[in-house]
Amino acid sequence: MEIPYTTEVRKDTGLYNAKVGIWLFLASEVMLFGALFSSYILLRVGAVEWPYGWLNIPLGTANTLVLITSSITTVMAWASLKMGNFGRFKMYHAITLCCALTFLGIKSYEYHDKFIHYQVDLKDGRIVDGHMEENNKDEIVILGRYAKNMHDVLDLHERKDLAKPAPIKIERSDIAYMENYGPWHNTYTAIYFTLTGLHALHVIGGAIVIFYLWAFGGKMWKSDPERFTNRVEISGLFWHFVDLVWIFLFPVLYLL
Amino acid sequence: MANLFESLRQGTAKLLGMPVLASEHGQQVDNLIIYVHWLMMALFVGWLAYFAYALFRFHRSRNPKADYIGVRNHASNYIEVVVALVEAVILLFVAVPLWAKTVDKFPAEKDSTVIQIVAQQFAWNVRYPGKDGEFGAQDMKFVSADNSFGVDPADPKGKDDIVTLNEVHVVVNKPVLIRLSSKDVIHSFKVIAMRVTQDAIPGMRIPLHFKPIKEGRYQINCAQLCGEGHASMANGYMIVQSQEEFDKWIASQTPAGAGGGSFE
Amino acid sequence: MQATHAIPHSGIHEEHHEDAGFWRTYVFSTDHKVIGIQYGVTALCFLFFGFLLMLMMRWQIAHPNAPLPLFGPLLHSIVGDQMAAGVKNAAGSIIGYSITPTLYNSFGAMHGTIMVFLAIVPLAFAAFGNYVVPLMIGAPDMCFPRVNMASYQSYVVGGIIMLVSFFIPGGAAQAGWTSYSPLATSIASHGQTFWLIGMIFLITSSLLGAVNFIATIIQLRAPGMTWMRLPFFVWAQFVTAFLLLLAFPPLEAAGVMQLMDKVAHTSFFLPTGLAVGTLGHISGGGSPLLWQHLFWFLGHPEVYVLILPAIGIVAEVIANNTRKPIWGYKSLVYSALTIGFLSFIVWAHHMYLTGMGIRVATFFQTTTMIISIPSVIILTCLFLSLWGGSIRFNTPMLFVMAFLPMFGIGGLTGLPLGFNFSDLHLHDTYYVIAHFHYIVAPGTIFALFAGIYYWYPKMTGRMMNEFWGRVHFWLSLICMNLIFQPMFAQGMAGMIRRMSDGGANYTAAHNTATGLEVIGGLSDSLIRLHVFILWAAVCLGLAQIPFIINFFWSIKHGKPAGSDNPWNATTLEWQTPTPPPHGNFAKAPIVYRGPYEYSVPGHATDFTPQNEPDKA
Ligand code: HEA
Ligand code: HEA
Ligand code: CUA
Ligand SMILES: [Cu+2]
Repeated sequence: MEIPYTTEVRKDTGLYNAKVGIWLFLASEVMLFGALFSSYILLRVGAVEWPYGWLNIPLGTANTLVLITSSITTVMAWASLKMGNFGRFKMYHAITLCCALTFLGIKSYEYHDKFIHYQVDLKDGRIVDGHMEENNKDEIVILGRYAKNMHDVLDLHERKDLAKPAPIKIERSDIAYMENYGPWHNTYTAIYFTLTGLHALHVIGGAIVIFYLWAFGGKMWKSDPERFTNRVEISGLFWHFVDLVWIFLFPVLYLL
Repeated sequence: MANLFESLRQGTAKLLGMPVLASEHGQQVDNLIIYVHWLMMALFVGWLAYFAYALFRFHRSRNPKADYIGVRNHASNYIEVVVALVEAVILLFVAVPLWAKTVDKFPAEKDSTVIQIVAQQFAWNVRYPGKDGEFGAQDMKFVSADNSFGVDPADPKGKDDIVTLNEVHVVVNKPVLIRLSSKDVIHSFKVIAMRVTQDAIPGMRIPLHFKPIKEGRYQINCAQLCGEGHASMANGYMIVQSQEEFDKWIASQTPAGAGGGSFE
Repeated sequence: MQATHAIPHSGIHEEHHEDAGFWRTYVFSTDHKVIGIQYGVTALCFLFFGFLLMLMMRWQIAHPNAPLPLFGPLLHSIVGDQMAAGVKNAAGSIIGYSITPTLYNSFGAMHGTIMVFLAIVPLAFAAFGNYVVPLMIGAPDMCFPRVNMASYQSYVVGGIIMLVSFFIPGGAAQAGWTSYSPLATSIASHGQTFWLIGMIFLITSSLLGAVNFIATIIQLRAPGMTWMRLPFFVWAQFVTAFLLLLAFPPLEAAGVMQLMDKVAHTSFFLPTGLAVGTLGHISGGGSPLLWQHLFWFLGHPEVYVLILPAIGIVAEVIANNTRKPIWGYKSLVYSALTIGFLSFIVWAHHMYLTGMGIRVATFFQTTTMIISIPSVIILTCLFLSLWGGSIRFNTPMLFVMAFLPMFGIGGLTGLPLGFNFSDLHLHDTYYVIAHFHYIVAPGTIFALFAGIYYWYPKMTGRMMNEFWGRVHFWLSLICMNLIFQPMFAQGMAGMIRRMSDGGANYTAAHNTATGLEVIGGLSDSLIRLHVFILWAAVCLGLAQIPFIINFFWSIKHGKPAGSDNPWNATTLEWQTPTPPPHGNFAKAPIVYRGPYEYSVPGHATDFTPQNEPDKA
């Protein structure tokens, strides 16, 4: 006796097995990111002052558009298979994969930008905040500005009153404490890196699956087209979910 | 009737082995526990009796042919409803109001012994407002190994505060108001005889209150796993004494100075 | 097999023919029955290991810092001095090694973790679920055989990581199975890191399993197997799978965050104003309570994961051995579903004493009371099922009959904990320990024993020895109660859990040492109970020997089951060849009736299998 409904749908449920599977899996994914979002809210509510305007909105918007495009091409790729056109499928999913790479590229640029961004507390109580230009033995150069207080460091949203970034040379001996904007910097960077990092992992995972189907799917397409189309649909559903998560991440982390 | 109830209650207390009691609200804690156990015993004994009978009566040797339907009446539904009702009553008319009292009806500071306690691995730091009756200003950012309370060194009010380690003195028949916190991991402040338990959580300052009604020296337990010393965090004592003795003790203490909790 | 050969193969099936060779058949098998047995044996081993840890802990509780017999030198050679301290005699020569508080803590944490995540869940959910569910619903296998294999492998990896953590410097996790931050984060050694990574594998395993179970039950029910014709065991597994699917991810999220706190020095769970040397510079601003909320959001559903499959087994065995239908099958099903939903909104009853306001407290007390009602209903139905039965007492039935009152005790003692105001006295005492052990040990474990004795003939074609089964039963029942009953007394007297010295520091003896007389220390008679419990636990261990021997001996020498359906049962798993071939059924069975059609009036035999056609 063989496992039924691997490709054909079961009458009373109207689904084939893998479809049920992926929806259940996505349900658990919702709980996973749901938990992280609730943690975000709790941390933000508990914070004295929550950073504002730290992320590059144009880049975020760009990434959002990139992912939306990829979702569209994913649908098109599946539709082309439904219409029996393997070539168009190749074409569309090629675009999907490019989008995935672009997204990851932009994201890693944003990460790098945070890792070279330093907050330097001087012994005289002043704060220097900006990007590390030079990092020498006994002096460093920060392309940034002096901040009167933490508010000037945390809230950068449409702050016309803040000075334009300029190179600032600092003796190491004057530095009380200095730290870059890694996850450890504060709870905002912590949740930012955790959420986007986890999301990036999902992007990579999804991309690998799609690439596999894209590159090596030909054989199965010939032997069992229906099954292959289903697999593409499943991977597509996952991809849409990853996209959807970002649709939440973007406003939460960049805009609000 | 009334004293039957009373003797029943005391009987149950013995049976359960309720420990010594030395606080006002403690009586109500014990009572709630006792009432709930009555419900439990009723259910358990009742069902057990039925159970034993059923096992005997329907052993295959006595009942070779099973009955396809089995129980026909709906007595069980009534039992379930009753259980639900009893639970509801206990919940709405005993448990909730009592908890409301514990976390809401705080005594006024002026007519109660006000104390700050900060737990650490593995001891209790205790702080009294000195003669001025006011604590020095505090802030998390001042907290450090030798300033458990995070007292602002600049604040004069802090100068006369009195700090002890592992020794909580309180006045009998006078409400006690404790502000509880921790400087490292989570501990839990438990005095069995007072029927108080409260987690001491770093980053939070949680108030608790109770009224000791029996003089004596009681042990303070740490009820939350807090590291390898958890079991030996047992050197804290709560001394319940008369007002005079308490004042004498306060007078005998030397103010901590701004530093706060360094105990050399 | 023949049947399977007849049908042209599609990709996945190539690799698990019976003739696919040893590795594919027994180690990397995708057959749900093999995977079920793999899960079962592995989990039983972990169960035993978890028990050994506890035996050593009980010794330390009974005789603090006295040299540990048998295991002492072994431990010392494994974990070294700071974990197993040398005990010197008057002459100053080492006479043995004792468990240090640190080691006690990691044993405690690992006992909890192993028992819950590596023993009971894999046994109750994965092992029995895998073996029995597809057979019961008339399916050839799980929906996704490969995913099924991956789930088992991920479980093994997680288990290995947990075991390895005992051998690393500083030893395994020490912050309890609840791993509360900041403690979990602030302990310098890497045990906690291993614990977190291990948990992520175990969670993955459970998620894969849950998806597979639910999909299988939805998709692969045989023709005629409608929802209300499912055996209750299948319903129980179905609800359990949903609990795992939706409750585990939040713990995974929490685990990731605690891992970040540990390795990337973030402060998710670390508040401002911490003075802990081992942490170094931290930004602060986090919340210790956040961890507790996320943990218990899993934690409470998890406890129902521990009990629901057990109740499922109980229902099957009762129906079969009373020779009559389960009373109130529908109420059982709806109660199980209700428990499933409610168990997501009671978690904070584990956090009553974290400084909870009235509103929150009222909410969680209420939900906690409400969730006890469906449990009451379930037990009531099971009890009433006995009425009018023709009860035969074989080993499975004995264990099941013991389960009922044991679960009763465990459940009832949940009520005083459920009220915030009485929890004030009972929280974190041995009363809690006794409460849940009554449910998971003489409760769940007994149900699992019942399941093993009950389905053994289906797996092997032979019965386990009845006499030794009864010996195993009576000894286990007595010992379990001798172990856990005293803990209620200790807890009521205020004895705290997780104490590496069993509370010696709180005894009258200790207090008189401080000079002044102290009110309300632990009485010596209570402390003396420790020794009693220790030996009861030792006996419990010995009581398992008949079982272990019986278990292995019967595979070859047990009395042959005689037929495919030795218990004269109605459900589908008994309507297959024994042991079922790959693919289970020669052809898809068709289901004509509900699961428990025993003693149907006018029917020739006293049982009517689900797949027996109605005679026109
Ligand atoms: C399988 C596991 C399981 C189950 C089913 C339950 C069921 C229940 N639990 Fe328990 N619980 C745990 C496992 C479980 N628990 C664990 C592991 C902990 C500790 C975690 C830790 O801190 O480490 C815990 C802790 C715990 C606490 C926290 C205590 C504290 O830390 O202070 C609370 C508080 O509300 C609680 C309540 C309940 C309630 C109300 C139920 C209810 O669902 C019970 C409902 C059942 C009944 C009401 C029984 C009905 C009986 C009859 C109808 C009559 C029977 C009579 C005969 C059979 C003769 N439990
Ligand atoms: C499902 C969960 C589960 C189970 C089954 C058990 C089973 C047992 N537990 Fe435990 N326990 C916990 C979950 C569990 N426990 C948890 C979560 C904690 C809290 C940890 C913490 O504080 O963080 C705890 C804590 C805990 C404590 C408190 C420690 C402390 O607070 O300091 C104690 C004390 O006695 C204890 C004892 C026992 C005993 C004697 C058993 C016995 O019932 C064991 C019975 C088992 C056997 C007798 C083995 C049978 C083996 C076989 C049959 C093998 C067969 C093998 C083959 C055939 C291959 N447990
Ligand atoms: Cu402090 Cu336990
Ligand atoms: Cu719970």
